[in-house]
Amino acid sequence: MASYTAPLRDMRFLLNEFVDPERLRALPGCAEIGPDLVDPILDQAATLCSEVLFPINRSGDEEGCTLANGTVSTPAGFKEAWAQFRDGGWPSLACDPEYGGQGIPKSVGLLIEEMICSANMSFGMYPGLSHGAYSALLKHGTDELRATYLEKLVSGEWMGTMCLTEPQCGTDLGLIRTRAIPAEDGSFRITGNKIFISAGEHDLSENILHLVLAKLPDAPPGTRGISLFLVPKFLPTPDGRPGARNGVTCTGLEHKMGIKASATCALAFEDAQGWLVGRPHKGLSAMFTMMNEARLSVGVQGLGLAEVSYQNAVAYARERLQGRALNGSANTDKPADPILVHPDVRRMLLTMRAEIEGCRALAMWVSLEQDIATLHPDAATREAADDLVQLMTPIIKAYLTDVGWEATAMGMQVLGGHGYIRDWGMEQFVRDARIAQIYEGTNGIQALDLVGRKMGAHTGRYLRRFFHPVLAYIEAKSENEPLGEFILPLSKAFGRLQQATAELARRGFSDPFEAGAGASDYLKLFGLTALAYVWTRMAEIALQKPDDDFYRAKLATARFFMARILPRSTGHAAAVMAGGATLRAMEDAMF
Amino acid sequence: MRHSPGVAAPPQQDTAQAMKLLVPVKRVVDYNVKVRVKADGTGVETANVKMSMNPFDEIAVEEAVRLKEKGAATEIIAVSIGPAAAAEQIRTALAMGADRGILVEVEGAVEPLAVAKLLKAIIMKEEPGLIILGKQAIDDDMNATGQMLAALMGWGQGTFASKVELAADSVTVTREVDGGLETVKLTLPAIVTADLRLNEPRYASLPNIMKARKKPIENLKPADLGVDASPRLTTLKVEEPPKRQAGRKVGSVAELVDKLRNEAKVI
Ligand SMILES: Cc1cc2nc3c(=O)[nH]c(=O)nc-3n(C[C@H](O)[C@H](O)[C@H](O)COP(=O)(O)OP(=O)(O)OC[C@H]3O[C@@H](n4cnc5c(N)ncnc54)[C@H](O)[C@@H]3O)c2cc1C
Ligand SMILES: Cc1cc2nc3c(=O)[nH]c(=O)nc-3n(C[C@H](O)[C@H](O)[C@H](O)COP(=O)(O)OP(=O)(O)OC[C@H]3O[C@@H](n4cnc5c(N)ncnc54)[C@H](O)[C@@H]3O)c2cc1C
Repeated sequence: MASYTAPLRDMRFLLNEFVDPERLRALPGCAEIGPDLVDPILDQAATLCSEVLFPINRSGDEEGCTLANGTVSTPAGFKEAWAQFRDGGWPSLACDPEYGGQGIPKSVGLLIEEMICSANMSFGMYPGLSHGAYSALLKHGTDELRATYLEKLVSGEWMGTMCLTEPQCGTDLGLIRTRAIPAEDGSFRITGNKIFISAGEHDLSENILHLVLAKLPDAPPGTRGISLFLVPKFLPTPDGRPGARNGVTCTGLEHKMGIKASATCALAFEDAQGWLVGRPHKGLSAMFTMMNEARLSVGVQGLGLAEVSYQNAVAYARERLQGRALNGSANTDKPADPILVHPDVRRMLLTMRAEIEGCRALAMWVSLEQDIATLHPDAATREAADDLVQLMTPIIKAYLTDVGWEATAMGMQVLGGHGYIRDWGMEQFVRDARIAQIYEGTNGIQALDLVGRKMGAHTGRYLRRFFHPVLAYIEAKSENEPLGEFILPLSKAFGRLQQATAELARRGFSDPFEAGAGASDYLKLFGLTALAYVWTRMAEIALQKPDDDFYRAKLATARFFMARILPRSTGHAAAVMAGGATLRAMEDAMF
Repeated sequence: MRHSPGVAAPPQQDTAQAMKLLVPVKRVVDYNVKVRVKADGTGVETANVKMSMNPFDEIAVEEAVRLKEKGAATEIIAVSIGPAAAAEQIRTALAMGADRGILVEVEGAVEPLAVAKLLKAIIMKEEPGLIILGKQAIDDDMNATGQMLAALMGWGQGTFASKVELAADSVTVTREVDGGLETVKLTLPAIVTADLRLNEPRYASLPNIMKARKKPIENLKPADLGVDASPRLTTLKVEEPPKRQAGRKVGSVAELVDKLRNEAKVI
């Protein structure tokens, strides 16, 4: 049986040492965010994850959700776990105090999201989607909608969904067919079919609030003609209780590879009453304002699954006796050595660990910038932070979810045949991790976003927010003797990234196919360089504390990253430089 | 109820209106941690180890909070005696529902007698109607503090409690004893020590964790209470328990008897 313990030590390191905690505390409403507030919150969240959510992870996967007569039942234990989560006030964590939230910044909230995904990713989908609906209403809802619905979402009494996808459109939302007809009372009547809607129907809450993309009768074609609507499952009574049933029904439940305890629903809207959120035809841009937050969260799903897989792989590698150490056994009283001694097993475990800790640091950094981008009083500071967030979001979404898939597969590999069978729980992590590369914009689309939108934005202003500080750091530390072993590979990778950026921009400018052709490799190269940067900075801290095991392990992992993972950047750089000719050469008919 | 002569007279208070509960909480290595003995044999490794509230103390806090929620008590004071970091465990108690905390800062080992003396000094100041302790701490497994405190105060004690019913001037405690349950009725003020089955402690809610920060914690030193907390016991050596030997199959009853007699020397 698998187990999970939240990596609190590493999280505290990131919060208190890796980022400058004063930058967070300087933000309005964050003055009290310090260890004495955050530690007990992280502690309690960790306990809840290990003792309440993790124990129903495997059973939820076995049982899955069921649909009968339009009603979806979540697996055994989910209702009780949700009640505990809700009554504990956890849905309110990163919400606005004006609506009953606790006002904890996103950068702290993200650590708890990671724990939830490690413990039970399916469970995490429900509050995750609710939070998306909350953000949409908070930012774009009318005062009346906010007054009616926000407190219900913050308290977790009611939950939410995001309804974008339709059978004929996933990536290309310009193809949406769901219609919204204005009604006399100022509301709208929504009709259409949505598919793949997470948490679209379930038994956890008494009401479900759907945020639905649809087209008004006078909508311009394509993505410029999409509007956002709020469609509650039950229309609220004047005193705020669920009233009449609205015209939305669950017509199907997907059978899928992973996150089986998360209900993925087909929803039919028939003349359902809805209310416009944001301006007419501006639904997609309303969605985009929450996109960065949601994409960071999906990235962290990959990270969370990688972490739980790592923990269990290490525990197994310590116990499993198989083969003799190549450089002499220290275990001669036993029939074999623990597989932890084998170089190839160590390679797998260290690869997982170096990616996980690097990605956690990267996410921490960017989510702090996101807090600054939303909360800082100074407009220029907000802009600078937001630029970096815009740039790094597709990288975090795609890189971290790729790590989720690759690391969970490695964790499974460490267990050999026992990783593949169900008993040990390792294969579930692999299956659960896979979806994160697909939804919230496929990873291919993330790469296009990076190359197509972010790279050229404001004549490279977003790029400079990464390039300038990293270059300044490399230059400032060039004389730092002990840090040299990290600065050198960092500056090499950085050079490759600069070169690939210039080349891709040059070619992509004249031929967009070229930009698309290099995008995925470019994103990987960027991600690896960003990881090299955060690893160097972590190593710099660790070098100061050579006697403490935590920092010694940090340093050892940093060295492994530089020696064994960062070299991949060479391959990705070469692939970018090779251009798109070979993708073009194959005619469609030849496939 | 017993009163030993020469010890503290019970504090006077109007139990109907004010019923203070005192709950001592100890900072210990978390029960999930696989404890390792330090290489030099002077104790167990606590550096970089997760520390938590002693689980029996959590049960004690939970019981106090339930009594308050039922209206049987008006105020809960959580006391910890230990390092400065034990404030974390007081905060946990505050997040569960205690009203305020007292931290008596003591570095190094604290022994039951010193703790009992410090608690006595606090009791004289605070005049609680009921003290609920954990029956023992999972680090040193002493199972002594509650009993020593009862003796120092000259108050009745209901140890190993699996049920507590608080009335205006008495408390009825069901005790888990060998072979069954025993019910005792104690005149207040009194001492209760909590056993495992008394209740199942709650998870502190997020809003209560946040509110706990605003609740006061008073910081004291043993000298402030006029108590000498220095250890009376010396730890000679701490060792891992012997590893279990692998089992062996015996070929016959005769061989078994032979091994039991000559190797294990048990018959
Ligand atoms: C378990 C699950 C939960 C989901 N939850 C939700 C939800 O809650 N709400 C919701 O609205 N949707 C949800 N989705 C839908 C999800 O967001 C879509 O599946 C996703 O956007 C991809 O769309 P698609 O499946 O139609 O694939 P397609 O858009 O058909 O894409 C197929 C492939 O083509 C590539 N591709 C497409 N267009 C381009 C392009 N222009 N350039 C390069 N490559 C391209 C894609 O990268 C992908 O690899 C969920 C899906 C699943 C499986
Ligand atoms: C679906 C399925 C079908 C199977 N079918 C058959 C079958 O028909 N017949 C049959 O006999 N078996 C079968 N097996 C067993 C399969 O061959 C073993 O699972 C496989 O050989 C790995 O052994 P293991 O599971 O004991 O892993 P372990 O040997 O314990 O290995 C665990 C991990 O340690 C690594 N490792 C182990 N030793 C070393 C070393 N010296 N150096 C470096 N790394 C090392 C491994 O690479 C692996 O990553 C099957 C297994 C499965 C899951």
